[in-house]
Amino acid sequence: MPAASSVEIRKVNKHFGSFHALKDVDLSIPPGKVTCLIGPSGSGKSTLLRCINFLEEYDSGEVRIDGQLIGYDAPGKKMSGRKLREMRRSIGMVFQQFNLWPHMTAKENVAEGLIRVRGMSKSEAEGRAAEALAKVGLADKMANHPSRLSGGQQQRVAIARAIAMEPKLMLFDEPTSALDPELVGEVLNVMKTLAGEGMTMVVVTHEMGFAAHVADQVVFMEKGELVGVDSPDRILHHPEDARIQSFLRTYHERNSF
Amino acid sequence: MEWSILQQYGPSLLKGFGNTILCWALGTVFGMALGLVIALIQRYAPRWVTWIVQAYIEVIRGTPFLVQLFVLYYGGPLVGLRLDALPAGLLGLTIYGSPYFAEIFRSGFRAVPHGQIEAARAIGMSELNIVRRILLPLGLVSALPALVNFSIILTKETVILSIITVPELLYQVQRMSTETFRYLEANLVLALFFWGLVEAISRVGHRLEARITKHLVERT
Ligand SMILES: Nc1ncnc2c1ncn2[C@@H]1O[C@H](COP(=O)(O)OP(=O)(O)OP(=O)(O)O)[C@@H](O)[C@H]1O
Ligand SMILES: [Mg+2]
Repeated sequence: MPAASSVEIRKVNKHFGSFHALKDVDLSIPPGKVTCLIGPSGSGKSTLLRCINFLEEYDSGEVRIDGQLIGYDAPGKKMSGRKLREMRRSIGMVFQQFNLWPHMTAKENVAEGLIRVRGMSKSEAEGRAAEALAKVGLADKMANHPSRLSGGQQQRVAIARAIAMEPKLMLFDEPTSALDPELVGEVLNVMKTLAGEGMTMVVVTHEMGFAAHVADQVVFMEKGELVGVDSPDRILHHPEDARIQSFLRTYHERNSF
Repeated sequence: MEWSILQQYGPSLLKGFGNTILCWALGTVFGMALGLVIALIQRYAPRWVTWIVQAYIEVIRGTPFLVQLFVLYYGGPLVGLRLDALPAGLLGLTIYGSPYFAEIFRSGFRAVPHGQIEAARAIGMSELNIVRRILLPLGLVSALPALVNFSIILTKETVILSIITVPELLYQVQRMSTETFRYLEANLVLALFFWGLVEAISRVGHRLEARITKHLVERT
């Protein structure tokens, strides 16, 4: 397993037009640890996560991966596309909607980045892709197109596509929210394995069980601000802030029957 | 009806039909290629370049094909562009079709889910590779039905080339009718040939569509 990255987020601001989506966000993400982002819908969790690999361009502040500023060479001066791609190579991302490429098989989806970005030969890439797919339990589905896979299988292919690139940091944006309840477990299990191997992970999630059991740090966001950053126990079981209490109350009400 | 006349005019009608197919096929291929380039420019070029391209689209779409052909064939020599009828007709068809093809490609590209492009960006793929490997193949699949449809429409635009004396099917049919006064037979032949051509194109189009979408649709 390659070394794990750390992320430093300092005074990051992001506007969508006149809407202030991230307000002076400060956050340290330690290497080899799992950080879960929770909070109500529209609070800016995805936006913050996407700033880490610069899929979303922040307006001010700094996001540093292992000390290196991403997106900008200096404040206000955009980084070249080549340099940005170089940095993204070691950051994996998994999306709520899987975003597999539908015209490629599972194996081709995983091999694509290895061939185009890592410059591997086709056969080398396919070997590596097969290993990654075996790791997420899909050795027997390599030749399937995404249309012939369940949601849980598609998401595991998406995870294999990311880990095959040997990232030092993995970003997950609600990886199980689009899945039927009975398929959530298989995806969370793969994520737990990754966490156990010492990958730095940042996970936006509504799975409080995952946050409670797997996270080392839980971040609660509301209205573009970080309201609480602490251990899972302190945020989820003994919250002091009224906003966190009210969020968890709604969560428990919705999930009890 | 007097079908024996066909024995005399058959060869020239067939030759006309051959020219029709030639003009249609090359006009479609070149028009598609130019349309694709335009669609990519619209998507990636700086703002001021897209304005110029947009103006081109508006002008071509806003004027009749007939007028464009006249300008090209009779106006061309005034600026040193002296073309024979056939190449002029081909160039005309290419230009005439390009903005329509460009719009078809543009909406095909827009149908590619943005998340699939972001997934490619997130692993560090270059924009060129994203176009080649993701945007083009997926965009083409969405665009295919409309591409086939417009190339069928183009078959019928080829008859306008007769006006600048391209010896295509209508040109031959008109020659036959004025020489023999057999208008009905001549025009029936014209209709039959076109019907066959359109039928063939739409069949090939459907086959192609079934083939390339085989893996893309969810099995129910
Ligand atoms: N591209 C955009 N343009 C304009 N507004 C946006 C855009 N993306 C997000 N926003 C706004 O920014 C705010 C934060 O959005 P974000 O997607 O980060 O929320 P979230 O916490 O991930 O919510 P959810 O749990 O629903 O996914 C929302 O109010 C949203 O409407
Ligand atoms: Mg979100």
